[in-house]
Amino acid sequence: MTELYKLSIAEAGKLLREKKISSVELTQAHLDRIREVEPKVKAFTLVTDELALEQAREADKRIAQGDNLRPLTGIPIAIKDVICTKDIPTTCGSRMLENFKPPFDAAVMEKLNADGIVMVGKTNMDEFAMGSSTEHSAFFPTHNPWDLERAPGGSSGGSAAAVAAGMAMGSYGSDTGGSIRQPGSLCNLVGLKPTYGRVSRYGLVAFASSLDQIGPFARSAQDAAILLEAIAGHDQRDATSSNVAVQDYNAGLSGDIKGMRIGVPEEYWVEGTQPGVVNVVKENIERLRALGAEISPVSLPHTKYGVAAYYIIAPAEASSNLSRYDGIKYGYSYRDTSDMWEALEKTRENGFGPEVKRRIMLGTYALSAGYYDAYYKQAEKVRTLIRQDFEKAFEQFDVLVSPATPTVAFKLGEISDPYQMYLQDVFTIPANLAGICGVSIPGGFSDGLPVGLQLLGNAFKEDTILRVADAFERVTDYHTQWPASL
Amino acid sequence: MIDRETVKNVANLAKLGLSEEEIDMLGSQLSAILEHIHILQEADVSGVPPTAHASRLTNVMREDISQASYLPEILLANAPDQEENSLKVNAVLEED
Repeated sequence: MTELYKLSIAEAGKLLREKKISSVELTQAHLDRIREVEPKVKAFTLVTDELALEQAREADKRIAQGDNLRPLTGIPIAIKDVICTKDIPTTCGSRMLENFKPPFDAAVMEKLNADGIVMVGKTNMDEFAMGSSTEHSAFFPTHNPWDLERAPGGSSGGSAAAVAAGMAMGSYGSDTGGSIRQPGSLCNLVGLKPTYGRVSRYGLVAFASSLDQIGPFARSAQDAAILLEAIAGHDQRDATSSNVAVQDYNAGLSGDIKGMRIGVPEEYWVEGTQPGVVNVVKENIERLRALGAEISPVSLPHTKYGVAAYYIIAPAEASSNLSRYDGIKYGYSYRDTSDMWEALEKTRENGFGPEVKRRIMLGTYALSAGYYDAYYKQAEKVRTLIRQDFEKAFEQFDVLVSPATPTVAFKLGEISDPYQMYLQDVFTIPANLAGICGVSIPGGFSDGLPVGLQLLGNAFKEDTILRVADAFERVTDYHTQWPASL
Repeated sequence: MIDRETVKNVANLAKLGLSEEEIDMLGSQLSAILEHIHILQEADVSGVPPTAHASRLTNVMREDISQASYLPEILLANAPDQEENSLKVNAVLEED
């Protein structure tokens, strides 16, 4: 049999239920793989090996009794360190929360634990999910399994690298402007950002609350469907979570996309996109056409304002959300003064890293008297225009297809200019602003590095983009490739 | 252009301590970022309402049902300092 860590969730689940393997064996295989490759990849802020084996034994009991088995029962999963795990450190990649142990589980953790997952660890990330490379983690950068000198993308780079390297069968990240799809693209994974409101944000440490959404990383569309279904659904503790019924995502994977109307946004062919990326995406558009999809160009005329609107709105919300870090209730606290204001300023000076400070400053500036209308209000109006672009496009199309990122994985340390880093998310940001769903899928390689294909769907049409992803996988083998460098 | 004074004012609003070096660096970085963001002013937004969030919901209501909360010990477990089951903080009001 193939190495256990190379199985898909669907395959492993079947073997578990047929009792051909145990969850303890499957978990041990992943812990062994972590021991072998984690020193090179550094995907985890914490490996929870003892907990994992304990959960695996529980899962095996549950499987032996045969009751209440779920597709994720006994499956090793990694969790981004921005999702609260009860009594288990949740650092957000920040000195500020280095020793923070949440007193409660996030809503998604409640669901996953009820399903009987095995959590192998918490994954590294850009501090407070701000960044596109994991280099803004306060602890260490994560390395891309496809080339260890390169970044895995971010902010959910640890979650992506863990799955790409076979250290977890699937993982969860969060996507505010592309933080699942961009690392998914750079690490040859299916990385899905659900519709805003599809997944509860309760217990997701807030970055930009009108944009944040939790979603899965997987090595196939089928596994992504399983991982999404496990966390989707209404939760009254998150007032923005939706009552729309959760679809049976797996049932929708028919392989048939004949007659599906797929739009190619004209404005997504921008200067600065690597030719290797453009070529791969164009080839794949022809592949979708060959599968029977009706392909036509579509215009999203306000695309060029996306990054600018995002870099007002997201930092503005972040500056407000991160005001809670005051060194009083929890987290890092500067104690060498009896002056309240000095303690507050020093706590934040020492506790936050450079990118977080940059965004707090940018957001505070955009919200300050005299600039609010020119920046924040203007950005919110532009957000409406971008949303309307998609509303019009989805009157004519079922899915939109584009590159997921303008480049393949870049070298660690290569991008030092903050705005250049922000442009990594040029194709992913609009979906967050509009609140629609999107997925990056393995689309091929350029110079040996993965290229992601982005599929965007209308709100609550995760089933449609997953169907296209699955149909595409049936005629390609990119998603089955493993990095050679490990 | 974001000058040193503006950086200091904004940092004060955010209660964010900054080193001298950071003040200089942030001034030039924020200026460069805002230059890119300036493109927003070109957008024709006449008559366009703002979008504050992408949720398709408004006025979400739920029953107001009281429920048990956490014990003080649990909530204080992460506190940097505490005394008599309370958060201990620096003096807020001081004598002149």
